[in-house]
Formats: sequence, C-alpha cells, structure tokens
Amino acid sequence: MINWVANPARFTRLSARAMPWCGWGAAAVTAAGLYWSLVLAPPDYQQGDTVRIMFIHVPAAWMALTVYLFLAVASAVALVWRHPLAEIAARAAAPIGAAFTLICLATGSLWGRPMWGAWWVWDARLTSVLVLFFLYLGYITLVNAFDDPARGGKTGSLLALVGVVNLPIIKFSVDWWNTLHQPASVMRIGGPRIDIAMLVPLVIMAVGFLLLFLTLLMLRMRTILNERKAMALRLNAEAPGPRSVQERAMVVHPGAG
Amino acid sequence: MAAFVGLFRRDLRLAFRQGGDSGLVLGFFVLAVVLFPLGVGPEPAVLQRIGPGIVWVAALFAALLSLDRLFEADYQDGGLDLLELSSLPLELAVLAKCAAHWVATGLPLALISPLLAFLLGLDRAAILILCASLLLGTPALSLIGSVAAALVLGARRQGVVLSILVLPLDIPPLVFGAGAVEASVAGMGARAYLLILAALSLAALALCPWASAAALRQALE
Repeated sequence: MINWVANPARFTRLSARAMPWCGWGAAAVTAAGLYWSLVLAPPDYQQGDTVRIMFIHVPAAWMALTVYLFLAVASAVALVWRHPLAEIAARAAAPIGAAFTLICLATGSLWGRPMWGAWWVWDARLTSVLVLFFLYLGYITLVNAFDDPARGGKTGSLLALVGVVNLPIIKFSVDWWNTLHQPASVMRIGGPRIDIAMLVPLVIMAVGFLLLFLTLLMLRMRTILNERKAMALRLNAEAPGPRSVQERAMVVHPGAG
Repeated sequence: MAAFVGLFRRDLRLAFRQGGDSGLVLGFFVLAVVLFPLGVGPEPAVLQRIGPGIVWVAALFAALLSLDRLFEADYQDGGLDLLELSSLPLELAVLAKCAAHWVATGLPLALISPLLAFLLGLDRAAILILCASLLLGTPALSLIGSVAAALVLGARRQGVVLSILVLPLDIPPLVFGAGAVEASVAGMGARAYLLILAALSLAALALCPWASAAALRQALE
C-alpha cells in the first residue's frame, strides 16, 4: 500500500483528482460549521457567547496534535523505508501544523482574557502547547539548515521522533497537574461530557479543519515535488557531465544516495 | 569498557586543558548570574524571589554554550569516523562523551552554585536544595543537548539552530529545578520536585544515547 502510493508520479495524478474534492469539501464543511457554531448553537449558561471561541480553538488544538503525529509517523516511514514521498509529506506538514498551533494559542489567549482574566498563564497545558510550537519551528529550521536537502530531511525526521515525547505530556497535562485549563470533556472515558447542541458543530468544525489540512498538505507536497523537478532541470541545463548525473538523481529522489 | 573509560578520560582532559570548555563555561555562568543583581537592583527580597530561576536559566545557557563542541571538533577532524569504526558501540561512545561533558560543565556549575546562591541572598535550606537540583538536573541537560548537538552537525548557522532545538526540550528540567527551590521556600517540601528531576535525568540517560547515535550515523553517512 505504502509502496503503491509512494510513487511521486502516481501521487501527483491522484492528488490532482482528490484536491478539488478536499478543498471544496473543506470550504463547505467549515462554512456550515461556522454558521452552526456562531449562530445556531446555544450560548453557554456560564460563559455566554464567549464559548463560541471553542469552535475554533478546540479543533485547532486537535489538529496541532494530529499534524504532529502525522509528521512523526511520516518521519518514521521516511527513516525506516526511505520513501522519498514520506519525507516530503513530513516537510510539507510542518508549517501547516505550526499554523494550527499558533491559531490554538491565539484563540486560547483571546478566550482566557474574559474567562480567567489573563491573556496567558504559565500552566502545564499552555506551556506544553507552546513547546509544541517551538518543536515545529525547530523542525522547520533544522530541515532547511543543510545544503543537501536529503540530509536535512533525514535529520529533521529524527528530531520529529524525539519530539513525540511532548505529545502525551500535552494530552495528559490537564490530568497530571492542577491547571486553570479545563480537563478533557470530549474524548474521555464514559463518553463526551458536552451537550449535543455544542458537540455537533464542534465535530463539523473538526472535520472541516481536517479537510483543510489534507488540501494544504497535498498542495504543498505538489509544490515541493515541482520545485525539485525544476531544480533538477536547471542543474541538467547548467552543468551536463558525468559527475552531475548522481547529483541530479539526488535532487529528484532524495534518500537515494 | 577500556575504550569507554579511555574516551571519557580523553574528553575530560581536552575540556580541562588550557582553552578548554570547562573554565569558559564556569566563567560565563558566574558572570551571567552576577549581572542580574546589577540589572534588577540589589534589593534582597527581589533577588531571593528570582534567585533560583536566575541560577537555573544561567546554567541552561552555560550548558548550551559548550554543546557545539561536544561532537563538532571530532566531526571536523575525522575522529568521529574512527569512533564509529571502533569496537565500542556508538551509543556507548555518546554516553562517554556526555559523561565527560557533564563532569566538565554540569558538575562544576552545581558545585559553584552555593556561592552564587549565597550572593543572591538565599537562605541555607534553599541553597542546599538548589545545589541538589542542579546535581540531579544537569545530567539531563548534557544528554538532551547531545541529541541536538548530533543533529546539527554539518548544518548552516549551527549555533542558532542548536539553541532553537535545545531550549524547548530543556524546559522540563528548568521548570522542576527552579520549582524545587521555590517549593522548599514556600514550605511545601522539595522532595517531589527532586524525584521528578532525577526521573528526567534517568529517562534521558536511557533514551538520549540512542537518538544521538542515530543522528551521528546520519551525519557520518
């Protein structure tokens, strides 16, 4: 299965067909979810209309973790099976995940001001998500810090795997420490402890965000593939010769060396 | 085992020789801490309050300062290739280098910290806890740092990339290290914090050599 999809040409064909569906799906689902959550859903009995920030904040937080998990799995696949496409997927996912993390932090800050009376508190949940953001930045920096893109991809993959340590810390930070941040109320043993009128738009928004991630991921992966192709063509035109043949192969298929 | 001890002693000798890292790091640590009273004013109440945090952050930066030399010199002169070829597993070689790094930087920092804590006006109990927290926590700094130092070998602008990688990963030791002293000052007892610090160091001891060795193998490919 992985082998079948890992062919860059096949991926380009498939993604060209899947991207419009994902993109328009993301737009439609997110629009419906926004209308539902901002207009139809009832205000909270304690928090009033402020609770509507949740419909952006919580899906963004889920995506921040999900994308990191995706990054780590893609990195592991890239390290173990040396699939060029897995490394490209990891590289493409990182800025999207960083953006979701930033959205999560920003909306959380906006929500914290009226509810807790502070833009920011140094509790375990907030700090660990901030660390997640720095991990994303570290990955992006490290991947781009090498002259050889293949080396950058492999090294970044190792860092992504090291950073997985942070994921359980974020997930369980609200259970392990006494925090201002409320404990899990959707994914908990014994079922969600949130009213169905709010749960439905929340799930719709989460699906919308997921589709948005898939669209952006395919777009970025295609861009990276095209960039590499363009670079290979340029090298081809500029420096023909026996030595550059291997270099050209390296650019198109990093990890081949 | 002989190779392990040999590598450890070689790194240690290099660190303590003239122009080595140990003295520089210690000097940086003392200077950085002494700058704070000059910056925030000599008020004892303020210094006592922020003292533990200052010492821990300074220790973090001091440890960071020497990390780029952990593998870089050996990487440049080819010593690392020989290490990979030797009978000593690369994981153990990393462990030997980390141990030497800790003895050359972490241990002196912890030993001189009572003097600095005294300058910052901490009381005797807090000084003891601070020293203990540094003794327990600095091994984690060396080990976590070794992963990052191995990852950035051959990168452009290594120093900057290294700090971006290390500082977020060093947050847990920092939180529990400074937290230990604060808890003891607040009368809650530092035991739990010190135990968590020790756990962090042990976890780093078990996991980091593998990650560092994997990163080194990639750099040497």
